[in-house]
Amino acid sequence: MSRPTYLLDRIGPDSHTLAAYQKRGGYAALRTALKGKTPAEVVDVVKASGLRGRGGAGFPTGMKWSFMPDPAKDKRPRYLAINADESEPGTCKDRVLMERDPHGVIEGVLLACYAIRATTAYIYVRGEYRLSYDRLQAALDEARAAGLLGRKIQGSDFSCDIWMHKGAGAYICGEETGLMESLEGKRGHPRPKPPFPAMFGLWGQPTTVNNVETVFNVPFILERGADWFRSMGTKASSGNLLVGVSGHVNKPGVYEVPFGVSCLELVDGYAGGVWKGRKLKAWFPGGSSTGMLPGSAIDVPMEHDAIKNAGSMLGTAALIALDERACTVRAMEVVARFYDHESCGQCSQCREGTQWLSQIFHRIESGRGRMEDIEMLATLSKSMAPGKTICALSDAAAIPTLAVVKHFKDELEQHVLEQRCPLADPHAAKRPAALAHSH
Amino acid sequence: MVLKEALVREFDELLTHYPDKRSALIPALHRVQEENGGWISPELMEALAQYLDLSAVEVFGVVTFYPMFRIRPRGKHLVNVCHNISCDLRGAQDVLAKVCDLTGATPGGTSPDGRFTVATVECQGACTAAPMFELDGVFHENLDDQKIEQILGGVR
Repeated sequence: MSRPTYLLDRIGPDSHTLAAYQKRGGYAALRTALKGKTPAEVVDVVKASGLRGRGGAGFPTGMKWSFMPDPAKDKRPRYLAINADESEPGTCKDRVLMERDPHGVIEGVLLACYAIRATTAYIYVRGEYRLSYDRLQAALDEARAAGLLGRKIQGSDFSCDIWMHKGAGAYICGEETGLMESLEGKRGHPRPKPPFPAMFGLWGQPTTVNNVETVFNVPFILERGADWFRSMGTKASSGNLLVGVSGHVNKPGVYEVPFGVSCLELVDGYAGGVWKGRKLKAWFPGGSSTGMLPGSAIDVPMEHDAIKNAGSMLGTAALIALDERACTVRAMEVVARFYDHESCGQCSQCREGTQWLSQIFHRIESGRGRMEDIEMLATLSKSMAPGKTICALSDAAAIPTLAVVKHFKDELEQHVLEQRCPLADPHAAKRPAALAHSH
Repeated sequence: MVLKEALVREFDELLTHYPDKRSALIPALHRVQEENGGWISPELMEALAQYLDLSAVEVFGVVTFYPMFRIRPRGKHLVNVCHNISCDLRGAQDVLAKVCDLTGATPGGTSPDGRFTVATVECQGACTAAPMFELDGVFHENLDDQKIEQILGGVR
């Protein structure tokens, strides 16, 4: 079945250049908005489109923008921060947009700035994404030379600067308040909320934080209209989204699909099925912080509410597939190690809890588990979440732990009873012992 | 130790991007590290602290929070092998073994000839092209033994 696409349509060999972007009608949405729409009208169109944030939480974008204070009453400088710190394991969709279509990102950033009346934006790119950074910087230089950035853009009264800012490898800086702390040159320690960024953001000023793919949608919405956007996806989640399918599939990749497409079709259709002719044992719907679901539950629409009803979360729509020979305990050993490594250490539930989870999964996977460890995983997770800490990293470790205890308890028990991993790769013995934290 | 003149000029421009000096710290640390063979010495931290009107310990606190900053010298080349979930499912441990075998380094260590430091890192955002490693900042994806031999064999 053919479905309308738009997000990846422009991508080609030289699609990162201004010439290629303008040949495909690039910056037309910006020009039209600057000539004929007030910032409030831009917010209204985006509200009407039903666009929801693509960074994981799915918050309505137009509503987020409208939380910014009225500029007539609040004269403070205001900022847009673009969250390009894509770090959720399994997620690599924003990278495609930044590397292959950076002007599309920039046009979205400019329109978002216009909407919230910000004159400065920062694109916070994770430090490892060197090509994304270089392509965006080159595109910004091109845009500036073409009068699309800086003072009085295209002869309008709208002035806007966009600066690139490089992160340095900390997952927690993808959390919006951690990102702001990091941008201010500090350790990425999330801030308690409230106050929310719209009132107290970067340097204490009104700030909106948007994901890359979110703002990338905005020029399309302004060009083609809210009704066009609503014609794709579902009632509650309109438009298309980028889904990364990774793990044990024949054709891993980043695919553009409308909200509501079945995850079964994503695995069997788009991604060419489970590899090696095997069956699907388990899958994460939206990155490692969303709870694993059994393979039998794959025929569920890729959409916020449906995945929630199935017992997990859409997250960043990064589907990670595990085949029938994969070990879910090993998978959680890796995931728990990750959250232990990335906990910023502010909250004791998270600092201690992630370490304990990591140690317990490691113990069970390496054949030294105790039956009470399984219960401990559950009670510990319940003491870490929900909402017991400053940010959601603690939840991100607890949620997949509770899911594995719920759906794969027999596998945990088998590990303990046999005092080994029943699914261990026979070649594993000759591998070097990896360091959990190499600095 | 003082910062190189060219870096100072670069940082003078960088400061114009932000309303305060401190915000330039992380981008500046990246540049300091790049110009110093991939690590940041205590002397360089002090010099940068002085330039940004910060205390040395504030800079040290930031450096040690972020995994991309290194506080000890490393080999001439850095191989960061991703060992997070999507890569683990597609053989990251085999990639690590092969890289260690070819370079003579242990995970987290440097080869005896000082040419390679090998580290394991968390998700690099190459999940749909797993397994992967990053060599001196460049991603190499969809790795297998042959490809690893070719890539590392081509390093001078």
